[in-house]
Amino acid sequence: MSRRSRWLWLVAILGYLFLYAPLAIVVVYSFNDSRLNAQWVGFTLDWYRRLFHNEEMLGAAWNSLLIGVSASVVSTLLGTMAGYAMYRFKLRLLPVLVVAPIAIPEILTGVSLLIFFVAIDLTLGLTSIILAHIAFCIGFVAIVVRARLAGMDESLVEAARDLGATPLQAFRLVTLPLIMPGVIAGALMAFTLSIDDFVITYFTAGAGALTLPLEIYTMVKISVTPEVNAVSTLLMLVTLALIVIASRLSPGALRAGG
Amino acid sequence: MTSRRLNTWLISGPPLLYLVVFFAVPTLIMVLASFRYPGEFGGLAPLVQRGEQGQLVVNLTLENYQRFFSDPLYAELFVKSFWYAVVTTVLCLVIAYPLAVLIARSHKRHRDLLLLLVILPFWSNFLIRVYAWMIILGPQSVFAGALNAGFRLFGFGPVRLLFTPFAVVIGLVYVHLPFMVLPLYANLEKHDPALLDAAQDLGANAWQRFWRVTFPLSLPGVFAGAALVFIPAFGIFAIPDLLGGTSGIMIGNVIKQQFLDTRDWPFGSVLSMVLTVVAVGLAGLAAWYARRARAMA
Repeated sequence: MSRRSRWLWLVAILGYLFLYAPLAIVVVYSFNDSRLNAQWVGFTLDWYRRLFHNEEMLGAAWNSLLIGVSASVVSTLLGTMAGYAMYRFKLRLLPVLVVAPIAIPEILTGVSLLIFFVAIDLTLGLTSIILAHIAFCIGFVAIVVRARLAGMDESLVEAARDLGATPLQAFRLVTLPLIMPGVIAGALMAFTLSIDDFVITYFTAGAGALTLPLEIYTMVKISVTPEVNAVSTLLMLVTLALIVIASRLSPGALRAGG
Repeated sequence: MTSRRLNTWLISGPPLLYLVVFFAVPTLIMVLASFRYPGEFGGLAPLVQRGEQGQLVVNLTLENYQRFFSDPLYAELFVKSFWYAVVTTVLCLVIAYPLAVLIARSHKRHRDLLLLLVILPFWSNFLIRVYAWMIILGPQSVFAGALNAGFRLFGFGPVRLLFTPFAVVIGLVYVHLPFMVLPLYANLEKHDPALLDAAQDLGANAWQRFWRVTFPLSLPGVFAGAALVFIPAFGIFAIPDLLGGTSGIMIGNVIKQQFLDTRDWPFGSVLSMVLTVVAVGLAGLAAWYARRARAMA
């Protein structure tokens, strides 16, 4: 048993190394005083300083924030309704429509929304990106909320009804507070997915709007510079902070989403 | 209408409406687009037109599908993408399995942390994870330098790592690994350890215990993970775009090219349709196998 578990540990450590070493390299080079991601020359914060003077990058970050907040607010509302409806009622179409955008390759959602927006004559830009992000975030929120509802003690709602609460009161005063951690976790997940999304944004952005991932993509396509490392490191920090908050609020949420 | 039905519609209506308008309708428009003519300046030609005698003409065609089936180039690209996705799925399985076993058999206190450590990189931006490999595999990198120094000892010339199919597969495995670990873990966690003890008591060695108890029981997890890795890997375009160079392109790159560069939307829609059918078909197959494996277990 011990020889066997030692072997298992070795493989697992290699597995974790494979997962984390590349990200660690990105972070380390963001502090390297050299244009090349090669030899370690010395410590610098220059790349971060440069980042905060890069107008295009700041504009992209602002757009990402705007899109992330709008998309997560709307998709949390609609996703919570969807999750609740799927839990409470027997539905056929909604569960399919909730899961389908998550299940098919992202590029398909991207191109079909591109055709759709052009067909309805909507100028591609912030609005089209927000509409697209809401569409793919609803499913994730719905799944998290539904999971939270499944773990709820149904007799509490029944007790409230027996004591004379209307269905709406029972929802507002009993169900909603109980599922709130799930709703907030879903909102944070939607926000993270939105500010991280590249593929669907790439097809629905047109020439009108630049987001952080689009900006990173353009930079990486042209040349690999430590400025990309710096923005990546910051983005990782933001995501990490959101994850920590989400997991505090709803321990099961991360697993439901991943 | 009873109040219960009214409630159902009030609650499920708004999200349903949103998903119909912004998911189902666009998908149907894409299906229709695959039967339409390309526009003169890209995009789509008008669906309905006045003919020469003023009559209404509906412009639909099968030409786009004919083009797909008559030029072997596209079928070959699908086959190539299929193999990239298969190799990725197998490599993910090989790497994820020991990780999932370790997490499932570790002490309850450590389990959540170990699992979180697998999921965490998945939450960092997708492009950053791909970019990391551009650094590692790039010609200036310490890793590539060391590898090539090693090769030189054996008389090989320097080997290029970035912009090759090899780089694409590494990127694909790296990005999709958590999708394999999670369902495997979820399955392995439920195994009754008594089964392994029983097998051992009956004289099975470690190798036999794995192949005749653990692995067959984990098949539903294996199929679920395979579907979660295979489908996104099959249709991806950003990884081959950044890591693959010209030799490593996949079907996703051609779809992107048809929509954004050559702007032949009908043909792009045909490629998207084929991708959907193949991906969803294979996922359905995996789900069916998983259910059968579960029924037998």
